[in-house]
Amino acid sequence: MRLLVSIALTLLRAKLRQSIVAAGGVTFSIAMFVALLGFMNGLNQLLDGLILNRTPHIRLFNELHISPQQPVDLAAIAPGDTAAYNFIRSVKPKDDLPRLRNANAIMGALEHDPRVRSVTPRLVAQVLFNVGTTDLTGQVFGIDVMKEVQYYMFQDYLVAGDPYDIATGNNTIVLGKGLADLMAARIGDLVQVTTATGDRTMLRVAGFFQSGIAEYDKVQSYANIKTVQKLLQRPASYYTDINVKLHDLNAAPAMARELAVRFRVQATDIQTANAQFETGSDVRSIISYAVGIVLLIVAGFGIYNILNMIIYEKLDTIAILKATGFNGSDVRRIFLLLSMIIGVVGAAGGLVLGITLQHIIDNVPFNTAALPTVTTFPVDYNAKYYLIAVSFALATTWVAGFFPARKAAHVDPVEIIRGK
Amino acid sequence: MAPTLEVRNINKHFRDPVDLHVLKDVNMRVDRGEFVSITGKSGCGKSTLLYILSTMDTDYEGELRIDGEATRHAGAARLARIRNEKIGFVFQFHYLLPEFTVLHNVMLPGLKLGLKSGPEVEHRAMELLKDLGIADQALKKANQVSGGQKQRVAIARALINDPLIIMGDEPTGNLDSQNTEIVFDIFRRIADEHRRSLLIVTHDPDFAKRTDRIIVMDDGRVVG
Repeated sequence: MRLLVSIALTLLRAKLRQSIVAAGGVTFSIAMFVALLGFMNGLNQLLDGLILNRTPHIRLFNELHISPQQPVDLAAIAPGDTAAYNFIRSVKPKDDLPRLRNANAIMGALEHDPRVRSVTPRLVAQVLFNVGTTDLTGQVFGIDVMKEVQYYMFQDYLVAGDPYDIATGNNTIVLGKGLADLMAARIGDLVQVTTATGDRTMLRVAGFFQSGIAEYDKVQSYANIKTVQKLLQRPASYYTDINVKLHDLNAAPAMARELAVRFRVQATDIQTANAQFETGSDVRSIISYAVGIVLLIVAGFGIYNILNMIIYEKLDTIAILKATGFNGSDVRRIFLLLSMIIGVVGAAGGLVLGITLQHIIDNVPFNTAALPTVTTFPVDYNAKYYLIAVSFALATTWVAGFFPARKAAHVDPVEIIRGK
Repeated sequence: MAPTLEVRNINKHFRDPVDLHVLKDVNMRVDRGEFVSITGKSGCGKSTLLYILSTMDTDYEGELRIDGEATRHAGAARLARIRNEKIGFVFQFHYLLPEFTVLHNVMLPGLKLGLKSGPEVEHRAMELLKDLGIADQALKKANQVSGGQKQRVAIARALINDPLIIMGDEPTGNLDSQNTEIVFDIFRRIADEHRRSLLIVTHDPDFAKRTDRIIVMDDGRVVG
């Protein structure tokens, strides 16, 4: 085998220019494949992250709604009395709080569920921000700051302020950038907030956030959950939402249905809420894979052509090898090795070039108002793409080498030697 | 002891474009240490016979035994092994591998046989080159040496595995008289000193006359 490798290498050196061109084709296609997929997937993750990072996989909440079974329905209509019906019109919901009952118990149960990655409570309050003589409507989200940082990338959207301050501070608030601009509020300022029940509180501005979606930023603000409970004058177990993140995103729809029945609450899952994002990502991935694989196949044809040419030029060599005792499968292996050496060298070069390209792309400035924390183009450095590119390149070069090598193995030495 | 090479009733046809019966009931044998030449007019089938004897051409009828072993039904890999181990070949047009050095050209069949280590094969190759007076050319590329030297390199390559028989297809056909003389002397020594058989196809009547035995062919038959 070592002999065959050294023969292949010698032939390669003799046809160095063609070999380099063939390897260059592989290098170019691998580099493009890696750079393209890394960039595309970086972009995908960025765009998906815009929504998906901040969206719980399952949201449990309790919407006020009219009881489908009214008390009068419980009053027995005499059995068999088909002539009697109850008609009730203009039913109003009961005066109840939009809270989750037994929220602590539900959270405890979910935290022990092996499918669940994180459970975070939220408390949403509708408020008015008083600015001089006018009021701006808005929402305050009471959040568990440290958990939101850990599981929902809260810090990525915080353009000013320290999440630890907000977590520990009392009566502090983080305003949406749009809202802060409307109120001309700066960090440290006090803003007056009125709840739906008319209670007024002064909150200190501890930071700004920018979600990338301007409509949100004009109405939303965040505070730690205790502050909002105090604002609403509710006890410490008062939550309106429980957000759940799962280990497996795809299990969300089924699990949402299960939880809705089990805890008698409303539950929405991420797929139902944001179906279009998956589609967009998939289409982008498919396009980049298609382009990358086409590049590799073209490189394969290049190798095929060049190898055919080398074999045609080396018919004498093949005839001599066979006359001096090398058999057909030795010759086949020599040319297959030649092809694989081109493939391996090309793939290695392609990886280096591709990773370089990825780093270049990663350093190209990319500023957009929608994405405050992003300053350069996103790149996904997932080793998966390197692996796919290299294995596909090796498979392509093997196939591209196989047919010319088989042809070489079948060269009849007598024909070549006598034909001269 | 089995004869080095023995054929019985060899027949061969070229079927393309028309059926042509090129070898007709050829019978012959070559014994150990015999220096045999095959002569005849162009187209009488002597080269065709040689390529059948070399095991490279397998499209024939009849029986071929090399060192007592019947090759008629041996597989391609076995035939390659026989060529490697028992037959040395010298062609009219040198046929060295131009990408390799002279030394490597000589070594390749030895490395392929794999009975000796790399350094041993190299040592043997250098000995042969020295013996043939071209040791100083060992590290040149094969296409950088002269025609007569190339043919001597080809002879060294044919000898690297100590074969039973050396076959030559007009090995001196392309050489001037001085180089022809050198090559003939080498062949003579191989036969006399090393007791190897030689089977040389040649056009040159002077060359043929000085061999041990002449096989004359005419129109596909052995006539003398």
